[in-house]
Amino acid sequence: METIVAENVYKAYGEVQALNGVSLSVPKGQILGLLGPNGAGKTTLVRCLTTLLVPDSGTLTIGGYDVLTEKDKVRQIIGLSGQYSAVDEQLTGRENLIMVGRLYHLDPANVRNRADELLAQFSLEDAANRPVKTYSGGMRRRLDLAASVIADPPVLFLDEPTTGLDPYARKESWNFIRKLVTEGTTLLLTTQYLEEADYLADNIVLINKGEVAAEGTADELKANLASDVIEFRPEDRDQRQAALEAVSAFGHDDPQIDEETGLITVAVDEGSKSLMEVVRALDQKGIAIGDLSLRRPSLDDVFLSLTQQA
Amino acid sequence: MAQDALQQQPQFQGDIVESGLLRQLKWNIQDTLVIAWRNLMHIRRQPRLLVLSTVQPIMFLLLFTFVFGGAIEFRFPGDNYINFLLPGILIQAVIFGTTQTTVNIAEDIQKGVIDRFRSLPMGRTAVLAGRTLSDAARGLFVVTLMLIVGFLIGFRPEGTILNIVGAIFLAVSFGFVFSWISAFIGLLVGDVETAQVAGFIWVFPLVFASSIFVDPSTMPDWLRGFAENQPLSAIANAVRGLFFGDVSLQTVLLALAWIAGIFLVFMPLAVWQYGRSTD
Ligand SMILES: Nc1ncnc2c1ncn2[C@@H]1O[C@H](COP(=O)(O)OP(=O)(O)O)[C@@H](O)[C@H]1O
Ligand SMILES: [Mg+2]
Repeated sequence: METIVAENVYKAYGEVQALNGVSLSVPKGQILGLLGPNGAGKTTLVRCLTTLLVPDSGTLTIGGYDVLTEKDKVRQIIGLSGQYSAVDEQLTGRENLIMVGRLYHLDPANVRNRADELLAQFSLEDAANRPVKTYSGGMRRRLDLAASVIADPPVLFLDEPTTGLDPYARKESWNFIRKLVTEGTTLLLTTQYLEEADYLADNIVLINKGEVAAEGTADELKANLASDVIEFRPEDRDQRQAALEAVSAFGHDDPQIDEETGLITVAVDEGSKSLMEVVRALDQKGIAIGDLSLRRPSLDDVFLSLTQQA
Repeated sequence: MAQDALQQQPQFQGDIVESGLLRQLKWNIQDTLVIAWRNLMHIRRQPRLLVLSTVQPIMFLLLFTFVFGGAIEFRFPGDNYINFLLPGILIQAVIFGTTQTTVNIAEDIQKGVIDRFRSLPMGRTAVLAGRTLSDAARGLFVVTLMLIVGFLIGFRPEGTILNIVGAIFLAVSFGFVFSWISAFIGLLVGDVETAQVAGFIWVFPLVFASSIFVDPSTMPDWLRGFAENQPLSAIANAVRGLFFGDVSLQTVLLALAWIAGIFLVFMPLAVWQYGRSTD
């Protein structure tokens, strides 16, 4: 059963079309990684799904409830940790959790135990009674995550939960997030990092400029792109365009060019065979090349090729 | 189908979908109290905020009493200016206090705290009601302090205890409804820097072109019409009258009508603005 469903969601801020017909769905108990560069529309979609923003058009349901008309019901089953930690600076970590727990209408007697449990789980025991203004960025983020799960909501939204953390804190957060979702929670997680989506998510939806550019598991995305990548650089700047045209027949998609370095990337099926053909085609056109290489694709290639195309 | 999704989640302890007005009311009150508690904790953690919001009106009280008092008494021999001034300056104190609300709400929006609250299954009025309620508590504290300082420098009310309690009630309630205006402005502007100006600037002329500091009969005609009929004067007149046991029912009713009117207009406006999705 699909727990989170967005169909054809459009949202514009004035001239900026932040969401341009996005559809996605997350089955119950699964983790979806919503992957996209800065400005892709991730936060906008999360805000629409969590009742904070009304889209211009489109359908949104959570656990079968219509997000637009059954806001109250939706709010009872979701947890949200927004892009920026929304914890109260003046309150202590424990007070923050108790406050949010009370606002979820948890039983007052249980809310304290639950807060202590989470403080331990998120390694915040030592700082539990200090005002949050003394916390580091990583600690705030963890507290924010803890607050979003205090009522054990069956549906969870985490908007860039590790952005701004150092690599160590990021790895640590991954462990916390993994723990959060072991119990059948349906999670939609946004990230700018492929590695993160790859590590945490069952499925990935890649969005760019408000549109879904690709979706599938990390492996499917890699496989869809190509099995190999050929890279080369025309020696003569003026021949860049000619080189692109000469190899355009070989790639899966249009070959990509890095305007600064002049490096051309062609995604191909059978590396060594294509390599010969590419070299021959360039030779026929009299284009001299340097830095020729053949390599396996990384998820970054998927990301870059899909986000640069649009 | 939806119920299904929930029932398969036994560990979810949140308040499962339930209607019933009474229950909703109960949650609304509880949510409001939680938010009010949070705001009062802020004051406790940052006492300087309370000091700032009390030092300023006390300074006004002292300056007006000792700098202008002489000149005003000179013009109206026999008057004791502190007795005129103190009831009015209570209104100024509670109103200036609520301008902080505009800033606080804008700050909560900027930091995403309002978004978090809006994503929770809490009552729609709770965040604002909690805010205005904690403002009222702060208002009561400031009013009490001003009365003590006033007494030390010669303020001598003549009304009955009941009159005086009524006067304090009017002043604090006016602060309470005024903070709904401040909250509404905070929600509208949504950023701290604008809020710092927008919350404050329009209050000045309102406070001075009123019967808070001087009798409007001394003002030029064009100003007097406004000063005599605006809400701050209505409240100040009623509060002043009550302190001295010299007030008509009509004056008190007019003050109450203003309080009710402002509440009935700005409370729904602010709640509506809060519920609106911010772009
Ligand atoms: N409040 C806003 N007003 C105007 N434009 C906005 C606003 N919020 C986001 N945008 C624009 O909408 C687009 C999508 O933004 P966002 O959803 O925040 O992307 P992401 O979270 O993927 O970085 C961007 O171009 C951004 O500049
Ligand atoms: Mg974002």
